[in-house]
Amino acid sequence: MVCRKVVLHFPRESVDKPIVSRLVRDFRMEVNILKASIDPDEAGLMVVELTGEAEDFEQGLAYLETTGITIQPLSQDIRRNDERCSSCGACVSICPTEALSVERSTMEVLFQDDLCVACELCVRACPLHAMEIRY
Amino acid sequence: MAKTIAEINQKIREGKAVVVTAEEVIGLVAAKGEEETAAEVDVVTTGTFGPMCSSGAVINLGHAKPRIKIHSARLNKVPVFCGLAAVDIYIGATECTVNDPLNEVFPGDFRYGGGHVIEDLVAGRTVKLEADAYGTDCYPSRRWDREFTLEEVPDAFLFNPRNAYQNYNCAVNLSDRIIYTYMGVLRPKLGNANYCSAGQLSPLLKDPYFRTIGIGTRIFLGGGIGYVAWNGTQHNPGVPRADNGVPLGGSGTLSVVGDLKGMNPRYLAGASFVGYGATLAVGIGIPIPVLNVDILRSAAVPDEELFAPIVDYSTDYPEVTGKTLGRVSYADLKSGSIEIDGKQVRTGSLSSYPRAVEIAETLKKWIKEGDFAIAKPVNLLPCPARDALEGDE
Repeated sequence: MVCRKVVLHFPRESVDKPIVSRLVRDFRMEVNILKASIDPDEAGLMVVELTGEAEDFEQGLAYLETTGITIQPLSQDIRRNDERCSSCGACVSICPTEALSVERSTMEVLFQDDLCVACELCVRACPLHAMEIRY
Repeated sequence: MAKTIAEINQKIREGKAVVVTAEEVIGLVAAKGEEETAAEVDVVTTGTFGPMCSSGAVINLGHAKPRIKIHSARLNKVPVFCGLAAVDIYIGATECTVNDPLNEVFPGDFRYGGGHVIEDLVAGRTVKLEADAYGTDCYPSRRWDREFTLEEVPDAFLFNPRNAYQNYNCAVNLSDRIIYTYMGVLRPKLGNANYCSAGQLSPLLKDPYFRTIGIGTRIFLGGGIGYVAWNGTQHNPGVPRADNGVPLGGSGTLSVVGDLKGMNPRYLAGASFVGYGATLAVGIGIPIPVLNVDILRSAAVPDEELFAPIVDYSTDYPEVTGKTLGRVSYADLKSGSIEIDGKQVRTGSLSSYPRAVEIAETLKKWIKEGDFAIAKPVNLLPCPARDALEGDE
């Protein structure tokens, strides 16, 4: 089994295609949609957690690429500017996945990007604007 | 074993002073007892770094040619107060950029404001002035557009009317919708609990009766040197106290002043609270001279014995009902979750403890190296509880 969180960027032409159902039906993948939006230019963005057998997974991603969708690993999307972060902790109590947590011995705020689902709650809650989006 | 400030300063000059942080002194007292620690330690350093809205800077811009008596002005599009002499202005931390949509589309982001202008100046970045005037015989100019850096203006000093609150609320939300406050984003139905104090490192929690911190006390301010100018606005030392003398809610405050030119953006940073506004995060460190065992005992109170009131920011805070949902120790707040009404609630802080440690350590280093003498207050700050104690003695 392979499980990965990825960001799918849909060009305008692909926004109306039923991509998720193809992934489920033809490639036996489990799709957990964490976030989906269509911007004013009608291009789309979807943050998904994909789970499937290794072979299905590979073929599913290959199928996505044929539709013109670009795939980006999620961990590159929300980043912390370590210079800017003061480790106050305003983000930790609103982070739904505990990707942001506190090392209790030093009270330093830790960011584990593999737990991040890119909900962006921390981006607006951070008083010093230390959390950055890089879609 | 009573010591005087003059004796402590003599030891500082000789490089012999024993200086520890307010965190370290807790362990020393546990190991050696109060009497021995009070005899051994000369100075306890404190620190705090958090958003402090009642902050701002006085700037003298230097004179234009021909001269101008500024009537209204913006720095990086943030309006400044001009009701002073010709080219003296005051920029407040929470002032928003002209044309900021504020909360028109709720919740607003408030990405840039007066606090950010102050940070830009301290970081050495160029700031744009747009000034208008009505023109007089002695000040004929009516408009001044100028880009400048902090270095280029004659005078600039931080002058904060209220900082370093002695204790603060732990904020929660009992309503069924998310709320956006100066205590951060509060999720519905006790979804989280936010506090804002360095607890056992926080300056005024460690001198609860203002025995040593008074007018003229020299402090670490924004990475440079500053002074206590006065008590802060809303200074209210009359709130109930625990047996250890520490106020059980927001009480005393300080008004502080210091040269902006010696400060560092690491300890003076523009901040934004979504749905609330812009502000300035300020770093303050205050030395407490250990003149006697009573002062030492207060400086060594640990997080376990410092308590914050839990306040509902959906109703009780805005409606000023005075109601609290109980008290919680800073040790519990720092553990990551507290229990309210039988529910486990995750905690978050707005005040940076690691940065507070850094400030207390920096101040300790300055004192140990002989660069920073302890200033004897010119006057103590109002504190009826202290006066009552001293009347008993």
